[in-house]
Amino acid sequence: MAVTKETLEDLASAQKPRPRWLQASYDFTWQRPLGAIGAVIIIVMVFIALTANWLAPYDALATDYAAMLAAPSGTHWLGTDSFGRDVLSRVIYGSRTALIVGLGASFIGATLGALIGVASAYFGGRVDLIVQRIIDVLISFPLIILALAVVAILGTGLENVILAIAIPMIPRCARVVRSSALAVREMPYVDAARAAGFTDARIVLRHMLPNVMAPYLIMLTAFLSQAILLEASLSFLGLGVQEPVAAWGLMLRGAAIEFAETAPWMAIFPGLAISLAVFAFNLFGDSLRDALDPKLRTQ
Amino acid sequence: MAQYILKRFLLMIPTLFGVAVLIFLLLRVVPGDVVEIRFAAQGQYSSEDVLAIERARLGLDKPIWQQFTTWMGGLLRLDFGLSMWTGAPITEEIKLRFELSLQLAIMATVVATLLAIPLGILAAIKQDTWIDYAVRVFSIAGLAMPSFWLGILMILAMLIIFKWLPPMVYTPFWVNPWENLAQLIWPALAVGYRYSAVATRMMRSSMLEVLREDYIRTARAKGLWLKLILTRHAMKNAMLPVLTVIGLEFAFLMGGLVVTEQVFNLNGLGMLFVEAIARRDYTLTQALVLIVAAVFIFVNFATDIAYAWLDPRIRYR
Repeated sequence: MAVTKETLEDLASAQKPRPRWLQASYDFTWQRPLGAIGAVIIIVMVFIALTANWLAPYDALATDYAAMLAAPSGTHWLGTDSFGRDVLSRVIYGSRTALIVGLGASFIGATLGALIGVASAYFGGRVDLIVQRIIDVLISFPLIILALAVVAILGTGLENVILAIAIPMIPRCARVVRSSALAVREMPYVDAARAAGFTDARIVLRHMLPNVMAPYLIMLTAFLSQAILLEASLSFLGLGVQEPVAAWGLMLRGAAIEFAETAPWMAIFPGLAISLAVFAFNLFGDSLRDALDPKLRTQ
Repeated sequence: MAQYILKRFLLMIPTLFGVAVLIFLLLRVVPGDVVEIRFAAQGQYSSEDVLAIERARLGLDKPIWQQFTTWMGGLLRLDFGLSMWTGAPITEEIKLRFELSLQLAIMATVVATLLAIPLGILAAIKQDTWIDYAVRVFSIAGLAMPSFWLGILMILAMLIIFKWLPPMVYTPFWVNPWENLAQLIWPALAVGYRYSAVATRMMRSSMLEVLREDYIRTARAKGLWLKLILTRHAMKNAMLPVLTVIGLEFAFLMGGLVVTEQVFNLNGLGMLFVEAIARRDYTLTQALVLIVAAVFIFVNFATDIAYAWLDPRIRYR
């Protein structure tokens, strides 16, 4: 076999240790193909959301009364809705709404929850007891009921929906993170930090929080799919993102049901988009959980 | 054991009280009140005086702590009071809807259980075969599809393929069981499928864990019939976490089906909640939240007790 320049370069690059993150993602892909599939769908979705301006064949808000309720065709791949708006373009732009709300709500919810959980575990005693009772109360509300109550107070719209979804998530994350933080609190380095005279805030933020990253990330990814579903539900009820913003849940509302028999594409494609997004985040989240914490491998 | 039950039972009271305080305060933060909204809905101009008289009639002019103690006093006598919007007793307002929600929750739970337990066991004994993968994809797809969208698809399919629509008006079961089931089976299937997903996955993993236990190996070694091992030895122990999941889901089904109810035109507790909060009907909203939370807290309590009773190794504190 002739040794060409290329194979030598291949060999050389194979010898070079890969960067850590690359190795980690390589291992993840190899060991958890389902998770990798989820990750790929998520990356594609992020790409679509970022380049929606160029990808979408039409303006998501442009109405065309000459082509109302048009069936899928060469000009409108997924058909049009009752205002003559292109369904494909709206599904593409809808990925922005879903990602913004999903990422925003789960980041706020999981981060505040983690902070509260760690602080509750660190201070312990009476503080912990009170915080836990408050969490008991908040967890007794179904997710959507609390979100609806928050929407009633804040009003509808993108930012308010993010908050309405984030708030019910806080106690759920706090509870899970707290149980991990309880073990971290007993670690010698926390005692050492306390002996060194560090402030409580510094110990919580710098020493304990980084060590509950695994449950934090697990909760964050689990929340992502829930947040996307919840946003779709709220928007479907008319209590989430408002027209004319392109959002998948909103697209299923009203006319989509009214004209379901004659124009089923209006009801089918946005729902498919929701399902695919939630599916991807679930696959990825599950695999991430398995990879990060084998003990939590319950479901 | 009795002490444990008592302790857990008593712990329910402060939680419920907390729920009551929280929803009471949350509602007072919501802008606008029932009087404003009702007069606005009637579309006529009303002077502040008229609004004030109406507020006084509903007791909304009193200080907040006094409104709270009045409400609590009623609750202690199991009196939820009158709806601020319709003026009818809240027990009457809720009764029919509670029946509907309860029936739907029970049916969906039955669907979920019937799917989850056999599928979970099947996936566990056939681990890493195509059957296992098929079951997992089926259940993860159930988690991904919003049940309201699944509901829309079902209605669409029936409409297009069979040219038939399920009845859209609720008939109580004892009036016409056939009509009642014809309407409720669809939402129960849509919701049950979704809720079976979590339980299936739980059943599978908990079964896998149990199958690795020593006593299962012993049972196999002494040549026990596989079916007997599964049903008598493995399933019984693997059921525990699944029971918890199913129990907690049942609690959420009671109040959390807002969107599915909308799709199937069902007047359940979820829709009533949305209506009540939009009308700023404080008394009705409070009662609804309290009921849903009470069901959740009670189911939580019941599963904890069942856990401790079924598994003597677990005796919490």
